[in-house]
Amino acid sequence: MNALRDKNAGVSIVLCGQAGQGIQTVEKLLTSILKASGWNVFATKEYMSRIRGGTNSTLIRAGAGPVRSFINRIDVLAALDKSAGGHLAKRISPHTLIMGEKEVLEGFGDKGSFFEAGFSQAAKDLGGKVYANTVAVGALLRLLGIPAEKGKEPLEKFFAGKSDEIIEKNQQALKKGFEMAEKPAEDFGAGLKLSGEPDVQGKMLVNGAQAVGLGALAGGCNFISSYPMSPSTAVLAFLAQQGGQFGLLAEQAEDEIAAVNMAIGAWYAGARAMITTSGGGFALMGEGVSLAGMMESPLVMHAAQRPGPATGLPTRTEQGDLELALYSGHGEFPRIILAPGTLSEAFSLAKKAFNLADKYQVPVIILTDQYFMDSYYNTETFSLDGLDNSPHITETDKDYLRYRLTENGISPRGVPGFGDGLVCQDSDEHDEQGRITEDLELRVKMNDKRLKKLEAAKADYVQPSLEGAEDYENLIICWGSNYNIVKEAIELSERGDTAMLHFSQVYPTPEDALAAIKKAKKTAVLENNATGQFAKLLKLQLDFEPDEKILKYDGLPFAADTLSEKINEMF
Amino acid sequence: MSAEKFDMGNIDIAWCPGCGNFSILDVLKDALSELEIAPKDLVLVSGIGQAAKIPHYLKTNFFNGLHGRALSPATAIKASNPSLTVIAESGDGDMYGEGGNHFIHTIRRNPNITNIVHDNMVYGLTKGQASPTSRRGFKTGVQINGVVLEPFNPLAVAIGLDAGFVARTSITDKELTKDIIKQAVEHNGYALVDLLQPCPSFNKVNNYKWFKENTYRLEDSHDPSDRDKAFSLACKKDKLPMGVLYKSQEKPSFEENISAGPEPLYENRLDTDKLDSLIQSFA
Ligand SMILES: Cc1ncc(C[n+]2csc(CCOP(=O)(O)OP(=O)(O)O)c2C)c(N)n1
Ligand code: SF4
Repeated sequence: MNALRDKNAGVSIVLCGQAGQGIQTVEKLLTSILKASGWNVFATKEYMSRIRGGTNSTLIRAGAGPVRSFINRIDVLAALDKSAGGHLAKRISPHTLIMGEKEVLEGFGDKGSFFEAGFSQAAKDLGGKVYANTVAVGALLRLLGIPAEKGKEPLEKFFAGKSDEIIEKNQQALKKGFEMAEKPAEDFGAGLKLSGEPDVQGKMLVNGAQAVGLGALAGGCNFISSYPMSPSTAVLAFLAQQGGQFGLLAEQAEDEIAAVNMAIGAWYAGARAMITTSGGGFALMGEGVSLAGMMESPLVMHAAQRPGPATGLPTRTEQGDLELALYSGHGEFPRIILAPGTLSEAFSLAKKAFNLADKYQVPVIILTDQYFMDSYYNTETFSLDGLDNSPHITETDKDYLRYRLTENGISPRGVPGFGDGLVCQDSDEHDEQGRITEDLELRVKMNDKRLKKLEAAKADYVQPSLEGAEDYENLIICWGSNYNIVKEAIELSERGDTAMLHFSQVYPTPEDALAAIKKAKKTAVLENNATGQFAKLLKLQLDFEPDEKILKYDGLPFAADTLSEKINEMF
Repeated sequence: MSAEKFDMGNIDIAWCPGCGNFSILDVLKDALSELEIAPKDLVLVSGIGQAAKIPHYLKTNFFNGLHGRALSPATAIKASNPSLTVIAESGDGDMYGEGGNHFIHTIRRNPNITNIVHDNMVYGLTKGQASPTSRRGFKTGVQINGVVLEPFNPLAVAIGLDAGFVARTSITDKELTKDIIKQAVEHNGYALVDLLQPCPSFNKVNNYKWFKENTYRLEDSHDPSDRDKAFSLACKKDKLPMGVLYKSQEKPSFEENISAGPEPLYENRLDTDKLDSLIQSFA
């Protein structure tokens, strides 16, 4: 039996098939039943850039303890298409139970154990092919040792709004699948049945895109202008769908250039605006980042990374745009870059981004990636306690100066129509009022003023978090979406001498982190890119160089289980 | 109201002597004061170029943004605070060249803003290259054998897109220009004013005299709701008609369509109860 299952890390189920075959239905239904049955769940998908066909897979994990990261191991593979065998060849082990229709299983050779299931026939008997996916869910429940009744309510909820007949047929389909899996469950059940006391720690089930969207709402976001680009579009769609009730304006701009210029215009008029995009769109927004820098406009930018350059791998994951975020826009001006590691952090940092942008009048960039956007798990319910969105705008008087030179570089920000003053914002170098100047001494003062704000922003730095052994010798340094993966990898490696230092604010890099880094005898920086962009930034900011770099850039996330093996080899 | 309230007093203006921009500035101040708009309720949005400097010479709120991008922030400013009067004003290169895509889509969006384009058929600030509206054969340091491209026809494009308000005027006719600017500002929805302007430094062909000789006022009898007629007038090349060529049927503005409501977004406070129940819905 697999060692991981021994330790109650739960089971890993992979659904694999073509786009349009209903993987998502199975995924949604199964995760909701698992969660309703008291299990912690996690799901993430990898998919091809096409709407129909291709080979896509979704990993679902269920466990007694929190399960929150991608792993390679597959306990149960629900194969909907022949191509699954080739696609997942490296992840199938002798322990993998592969379930599927006869002709699908033929594509697998003899690796693994097989459960030949007549889902389509069962569905046809019930009156239509559409029920096949629910039959499969029923079978999976049996394999996991979850009583069929547990599926009843979630299924009703899932098909809410459909006719009674459809709901009833789906209930029958679920039961049918459950019956079908009786024998395989007996044969393989011991290894697959969940054990341990179910204990769902959190109440919410959200994905990365929803967490960012909810955080934006909590941050008072009331304007989003964006141009669709995978994998960032879900945030635009979420805010467009949920934002109406909050008086939020959502506009699909004609391009990213318009989107970012709109967002800056909106902030100027007093809105709290954001954009969401991916690397290719962010590249186009460079001029807007620079404009925000010069105008000292607040701006919140969410960039969900995918592999580049150019159009790259549109549906895959990477952390390859840190340097783009860092260096986008010309000229010298401050910015803040955040990279949430967990879903609750995505919520809290998206919220914080608005307040930071408003307070320091700088662009704040939130970096996530496809893996983060598309992954979900149950987590502690986001809290609005202590929420403080008091705007940092001033009622202006007649002598108002938009760019007044102040001690800390922050000038009170007015908005047109609020007060008697005039609000003049300019992309040219300007005087205190905001009017064009070629007074070169003033240019130096204005430049200093803008850069000074970064010093002030130290007060709000998001400090990195240290996880794992307290008395560590080895330290893995990572950022953004790798938080849960590295954390679990260290746990799986059972190393009492290894810890993780995870950065959620990547720039400016909190200097205090150096103490934690120096404590380690051996260090490695881990990131999803080919050149170690964060490692380079650490060198630049903290003058620190790691002993090793662990890099991955094949478009897929790190897997906690393979990474744990790597940790044991490395340290 | 007197036009003086928009005066900046004794300031250094960067335009060349004899430039048409001076008269545009005067006419604009007159039009705005006759409309009784207070400087604090007005936002001038511009891009980059000689024309785009206009907000600096007028006492008002302004957003002097990037080359070609005046329309995007202008749209967002109006949507974020519908009580502001928003005018996007820049050159032909700025609006029709670099900003061409935004020009098209802003018309489709129909925000309640006025778009005044100083059309001098040349790039002024970068010293005399062809602009999208330069006529064929126009010689410059870059187009050394003369422009070979067909000039961009902003009016025909705007009418083709069923823009709410499409007008042409020339600063050689100040009275008409003032009247048209006033009508454009009062129009609910996007209003285009293509404002012909001589650039004595870089466009020696389309000078003051040329504009006088090659334009004429539309007759009072012109019916601006006649789209076919307006389109054929917009396509005229020999002599350029001036006036309100086209007005579409009343249609809701962008702000009305996205139902922002009349309150400025800076007064929009998060409803934490609603957000809490949204959060709970993920349980
Ligand atoms: C992104 C960018 N590209 C190029 C320029 C250089 N530039 C400044 S003004 C201008 C053209 C302005 O022409 P027009 O809009 O016709 O205005 P005019 O100066 O004639 O009033 C150009 C190309 C710039 N500032 N920014
Ligand atoms: S270059 Fe032309 S448009 Fe610019 S200020 Fe001089 S005359 Fe006016």
